[in-house]
Amino acid sequence: MDIKRIKEGHKLLAEYKYELGTIERGYTNRTLYVNISDNTIASKAVTPMMKEKFVGGKGFGLWYLWNATTPSTKWDDPENEIVIAGGPACGITQYAGAGKSLVCSLSPLTDIPIDSNVGGFFGPLLKFSGWDALEIQGKAEKDVIVVIDGNKGLVTIEEAPYEAVDGHILGEQLTEMYADNEDDKRNVSVVTAGSGAEHTRMGLLNFSFYDPRRKVTRLKQAGRGGIGTVFRNKKIKALVVKFSNVKGDLNNAYDQAVINKTGIKYHREIHDLDHLQNNMRKIGTANIIEVMDEYDLLPVMNFQYGSHPDTEKIKSTVFIEKYITQGVQDGCWYGCSMSCAKAADCFKLKTGPYKGQRVTVDGPEYENAAGLGSNCGIFDPEAILELNFYCDTYGIDTISFGTATAFAMECYERGIINKEITGGLELKFGNFETAVELLHQMSRGEGFGTVVGQGVHRMKKLFVEKYGADPDFLFDIGMEQKGLEYSEYVSKESLAQQGGYGFTNKGPQHDEAWLIFMDMVNNQLPTFEDKAEALHYFPMFRTWFGLYGFCKLPWNDIVPADNKYTDEPAKVPEHVQNYLDVVYGVTGKRLSTEDMIRESERVYNFQKIFNIRMGKGLRKNDKAPYRSMGPVTKEEYESRQERYDNQLKEIGYNPEGKTTEEKIKVLREYREDQYEKLMDAVYKRRGWNSNGVPTIEYLKELGMDLPELIEVVKDLQ
Amino acid sequence: MKYLAKDDSKCIQCGTCESICSKTYYKEDNYEKSCIVVKKDGKPEINVCNQCGECIDICPVIAIKRDKQGIVRINKKICVGCFMCVGFCPQLSMRQHDDYIEPFKCIACGLCAKECPTGAIYIAERSDDEAKEMNLDQVFNR
Repeated sequence: MDIKRIKEGHKLLAEYKYELGTIERGYTNRTLYVNISDNTIASKAVTPMMKEKFVGGKGFGLWYLWNATTPSTKWDDPENEIVIAGGPACGITQYAGAGKSLVCSLSPLTDIPIDSNVGGFFGPLLKFSGWDALEIQGKAEKDVIVVIDGNKGLVTIEEAPYEAVDGHILGEQLTEMYADNEDDKRNVSVVTAGSGAEHTRMGLLNFSFYDPRRKVTRLKQAGRGGIGTVFRNKKIKALVVKFSNVKGDLNNAYDQAVINKTGIKYHREIHDLDHLQNNMRKIGTANIIEVMDEYDLLPVMNFQYGSHPDTEKIKSTVFIEKYITQGVQDGCWYGCSMSCAKAADCFKLKTGPYKGQRVTVDGPEYENAAGLGSNCGIFDPEAILELNFYCDTYGIDTISFGTATAFAMECYERGIINKEITGGLELKFGNFETAVELLHQMSRGEGFGTVVGQGVHRMKKLFVEKYGADPDFLFDIGMEQKGLEYSEYVSKESLAQQGGYGFTNKGPQHDEAWLIFMDMVNNQLPTFEDKAEALHYFPMFRTWFGLYGFCKLPWNDIVPADNKYTDEPAKVPEHVQNYLDVVYGVTGKRLSTEDMIRESERVYNFQKIFNIRMGKGLRKNDKAPYRSMGPVTKEEYESRQERYDNQLKEIGYNPEGKTTEEKIKVLREYREDQYEKLMDAVYKRRGWNSNGVPTIEYLKELGMDLPELIEVVKDLQ
Repeated sequence: MKYLAKDDSKCIQCGTCESICSKTYYKEDNYEKSCIVVKKDGKPEINVCNQCGECIDICPVIAIKRDKQGIVRINKKICVGCFMCVGFCPQLSMRQHDDYIEPFKCIACGLCAKECPTGAIYIAERSDDEAKEMNLDQVFNR
């Protein structure tokens, strides 16, 4: 169907005209509120209190979500919201990674707030159209799109019956529909989910940007926590923003010269050092596939092992040499010289509804290669690219899909589930055909794919209740916590990283802390106090990116040549200063590193209390599956026998002559005790009591003793 | 391709070229706004774009293109001011000034060469084969 006919099918439900407004020091000072139940559209003021306590981005998203929901709100209730907000630095074009949007919603996987950091042009163009945030509430009766025209000052809600649902087609259709011509396509950005998001809990959102060289609409993903599922449950097909005339100074910065200087310095650093360090410009985050394997950290077969001889077949150089187009500018917002949004072009699909077509695959990122590849025992680059493509276009989170599929595969291999249960699927590790069929089933809403699509947490319950599986064993091997699937690193041998995953707000995602090298390889965190300090500093520091609209990758995926000679190389001090300089340039706020951490502490603790309000967020919710801490099975123990035997000797237990089962038991008692001790130390450092609840005294110190927060924590002191 | 060639050994650091350039393009006698830059102290060193074209592939919006004469030009109307081309210029000849949100560069107009008292700069030609930018149609099989 041609674009004209698709557009003719639209039915206008609501129209809202607005003054274009101005941006001052990174803020438009307005939020666009759209309710798709009753089709109201309104402008809301961004208050000085919001800016002071929540900064922007994820802070704004969580604040709006708190106010929109109650402790009993479920993810699929109309009052649940999807909030998209960039943050004051979002949209500057001189410093790498400054186009990020933060998306918040109540998650169908965890039932608590989820936040996801995503590239693409939507956040910046939304701001230039006059809005710091987009707050969407309600549920439509039929599929709708929301269109924001930032040049005309017009917002519409339109029924859109004929557009595709799958992300790669819908992105192209709407880009074509709303751009005036080829050159105008980069001024349109589209948010979509996909058909799989409708039938699973792990739906993601695709944020588009138009690639003028490839002449395709590229997709970046707000992957984690099922926000795409909420999106489709609300019957939103897409969000479209259009803004022409992007320039480098639209944030109306306090001191543009500081931003220019810092940005150019950083561009030069990438130019001089990237090829000597991580090759982000060649292969993006997938540069670490073989590094993780080498350090025994690459998840293999549901996190049982940390390396595999076949990793050779999926190492980064294979993708660089054979699949990923080299030398093309791949930033997901203007000015990103790190340029890690790589793509495989003219990739011929072998399965599914688009079989035989040649497509551009956005990726693979490391998490995709590890989650869709090694963790499912799949060591075939083309299989990884195909799974990557279908996850994106169906709107399925690659991490949750990878970890959930790996779990189902292990259950199948151990006889916990069988072919009768899987509907005839041979769910063995390494079986690409089965893995991709699960995805196609998710898209069609049928078969065992929809069971896997419920996530590990719900699969565990089902397998126990319906198929008589051993709940303790499933708890041990099911790599989820708080309902969210683990991201793709083996944390078994790094206590600090067990906490890095286990003590997170949203669930086990490495965006809060990645401490494995500091802890396990470089031994920089020998004591509980050292680990606790790192598990305070890094989660707070990394939260900060999401308040301002920054990407975390340019912080430490390259480091200045002299970084190793600084006092704290793991913090990359020069880059921290870059961020403080850029934020000064944008907002005029001269922050110290302490101020920076304090800004994050406010929002981090707000999110923590939000979790408690929703019934999670206490010590018991930080309990982690034992596979994240140590060897569950005999095979796992024996694969690293020397390491484990030595650790037993160190704790005064002689492994000689003992059975593996006996040794596993002793090691487990020790490691679980260590985890509890670490929890005590971290909670103390974070200003929480032993139950994981922020103390009122600490909230006062942060200036976060808001009455509604005190109400939640006062009886838990 | 046409480009502004240089012979550092003939330069006497008089600054005439910088003056002509900034006055022509920015109506101001200010070497910080000149596309050509001469080192002020020590041995003379002239820094100016050689039209290699590496910046063409760096620009996220394809605002930098080579014209028919081989000159690499910036379309300031569509430039988004990211300055990646400044950071990635192999010779550091892409210029930037905080009064403007777009970078600027030598377009081999030759006005400075006409005024250079020693012939240290002059318009020259070299083979088009030395162009560094990618052929996108070839890369994407179009």
